[in-house]
Amino acid sequence: MQGKGIVICLPADIDTDVVIAGRYLRTKDRSIWITHVFEDLDPSLAPRLKGAVIVAGRNFGCGSSREQAAIAIREAGVVAVIAPSFARIFFRNAINIGLPLIEADLTCEEGSTVMFDISEGWVETDGERHTIHPLSPRMQEILKAGGLVEFWRTHP
Amino acid sequence: MSTLSERILGAVAGEYVDRKVDRAYAHDGTGVLALEAWKNMGGHRLGKKSEYYIQFDHIAPANNSTTATLQHELRDFATRSRMHFSDVGCGICHQLMSEGTVLPGEIVVGADSHSTTPGAFGAFATGVGATDMAAIWLTGETWFRVPESVGVNLTGRFGGAAEAKDLALTCVGRLGMDGAIYQALEFVGEDAHNLTIDERLVLSNMSVEVGAKAGLFYADEVTVRYLKERGHDVVPQVPEPCTYRQELDIDLADVVPLIAVPHRVDTVKPVEVLAGLSLDQVFVGTCTNGRYSDLARFARLVKGRKVAVRTIVIPASAAILKKAIRTGVLADIVEAGCTIGTPGCGPCIGYHMGVLGEGEVCLSTANRNFKNRMGVGGEIYLGSVATAAASALAGEIASPEAA
Repeated sequence: MQGKGIVICLPADIDTDVVIAGRYLRTKDRSIWITHVFEDLDPSLAPRLKGAVIVAGRNFGCGSSREQAAIAIREAGVVAVIAPSFARIFFRNAINIGLPLIEADLTCEEGSTVMFDISEGWVETDGERHTIHPLSPRMQEILKAGGLVEFWRTHP
Repeated sequence: MSTLSERILGAVAGEYVDRKVDRAYAHDGTGVLALEAWKNMGGHRLGKKSEYYIQFDHIAPANNSTTATLQHELRDFATRSRMHFSDVGCGICHQLMSEGTVLPGEIVVGADSHSTTPGAFGAFATGVGATDMAAIWLTGETWFRVPESVGVNLTGRFGGAAEAKDLALTCVGRLGMDGAIYQALEFVGEDAHNLTIDERLVLSNMSVEVGAKAGLFYADEVTVRYLKERGHDVVPQVPEPCTYRQELDIDLADVVPLIAVPHRVDTVKPVEVLAGLSLDQVFVGTCTNGRYSDLARFARLVKGRKVAVRTIVIPASAAILKKAIRTGVLADIVEAGCTIGTPGCGPCIGYHMGVLGEGEVCLSTANRNFKNRMGVGGEIYLGSVATAAASALAGEIASPEAA
C-alpha cells in the first residue's frame, strides 16, 4: 500500500476531543465532521487537509474512543498519519476505517512531500528513506480490505 | 511467570491473539456508529459467544430530537436483539458493569476509552471504537496484542485529605499521558489490598489517561466480598512473580491533594498552589468519582453549610442515587445548595447538564480536561471529591486539608 502527500506538522498528544469536538458527534452526517475537524486546535486546518500527510508527535489520537476522529481525518482527504506512537484505540479505529497510520519518528517539515509504502515498510522525505514499524499482519489485511467493515463483508 | 494480563489473555506480552470476549458493552454515543458498521458488515444476528450490553449514559435523557431519533433506533435494536439494555437514568456503562456484572479473569471490551474501569475486579477490560465493537457483535471475539505491564507498587495508607483520585493523578503526573502507551497497568504491592473497590475503580478508570490498554487489580478478599454481596462466588487470584516492563513505587502516605490544570491530565499541581482561583462551577460525578462513597464523602463535608458557586452532583448510577436517597446523603447535598442530575455522564463530555460558557472555570471530579471538552472556551481543573467540596464551599479552589 503506497501513497504520498504534502506534510502538515502537528504536535504531540493530539487528543480526539480536538480532532472532532463532542458537540459535533450526534449525527451520522459526515460532512459535519469534515467541516469541523481540528477546529479547536486550528480552524484553518480543515480546508488544507486534502492530499495531506499529517506528521505528528507522540501519542496521536489520545483520549476518547470516538471513531469520528479517524473518520473525519480520512474524509477530509488526509492520505496518512505518521507519528512515533499512537493512542491504541485511535490506532485500531484508523485501520478499521481504512486510514493508513505509520509509526515513525520523523523530523517534520511543513509543506514538504512525503512518500510511503506500508507493505514494504518505508517512508521517504527529502530523498531520505526511513524504515517504519510494521503493522501486524492482521492490521495489514484489514487495511488492504479498505477497513474492518469491508474485511468482514468479504470474510464471512 | 506471567503478569495478570498475560494470564487472562493466555499468551505472552507482544503476541497477537484472537480471544472470545466474555462481555461487550457500548453506550448511546458509540453504539449508533457501531450499529451502522454492523449493518454494513452484513450483520443480522449477534455472535453467540458473548454477553452484550447497551447502556444509555452519554446524552441521557436526549437533549434534542436528532439525538432522540438516533437513540430510538439503537434502543429498538438493543431490545429486539435481546441485548442487556439499560435505558436513560440507569447510569454510566462502566459503573453498571461494576455493580456485580464483571467477574475476575474475564475478558471485557467496551466501546468507550474508560472501559479500563472494570479491571478493578481482576478482569482484562479495555476500550475499542465503534467498528471493533460491531465486529464483536458479529463474531463474539476480537484480536489483542498482549501488552507488557507496568507494575504500580502501592504501599502505606492515605494520610490527611488525600484520596484515590489524588493517587490516580499522582500516577498520571509521574508516567505522563503516554507513559504506558500499548501497556497495561497492574496495581500491586503489599498495601493494594487495603484499597476499597470504589478506590480501585478510580485507578483502573484513569489508567487510560497514561495511554494504558488496561488497569488491573488482582481479585482478593475485598473483591470476593464485594461480589458475594452481589450474588457471585469467586475465588481470589494469587499473584505470581513476574517481569514488568517498568515499575512505579508509590507510598500512599506521600500522596497529597492534587489538581490537573488545563488542558492536560498529566500537568498536576498541589491544590495549595492553585488555592484562591475563582470558580464558576463545581461538578461531582462521572465514571471516575460518581460512586456512593464519593457522594457520601462530599455530603459529609458540605452538610449544614452552603456552597458558594453553582455545584452539580450526578450519581454514576440509579443504584447509587437510591442509596443516597435512603441514607440521607442526597438531602444533605441538596440542602447545601447543590443541584442533582440524572445518573449518567452529565456535562463531562460537553453535551448537556452543565456545559461551560466562554471563559468559565470548572473544578470537576472527572478524568479529562482537554481543551473545550466541557464547552467552548471553558477551563477544566480536575481534582478529588474532597477538593471539590472544599472548593464548592469557598467558591474558589480550596485545599481539602482545611475542610
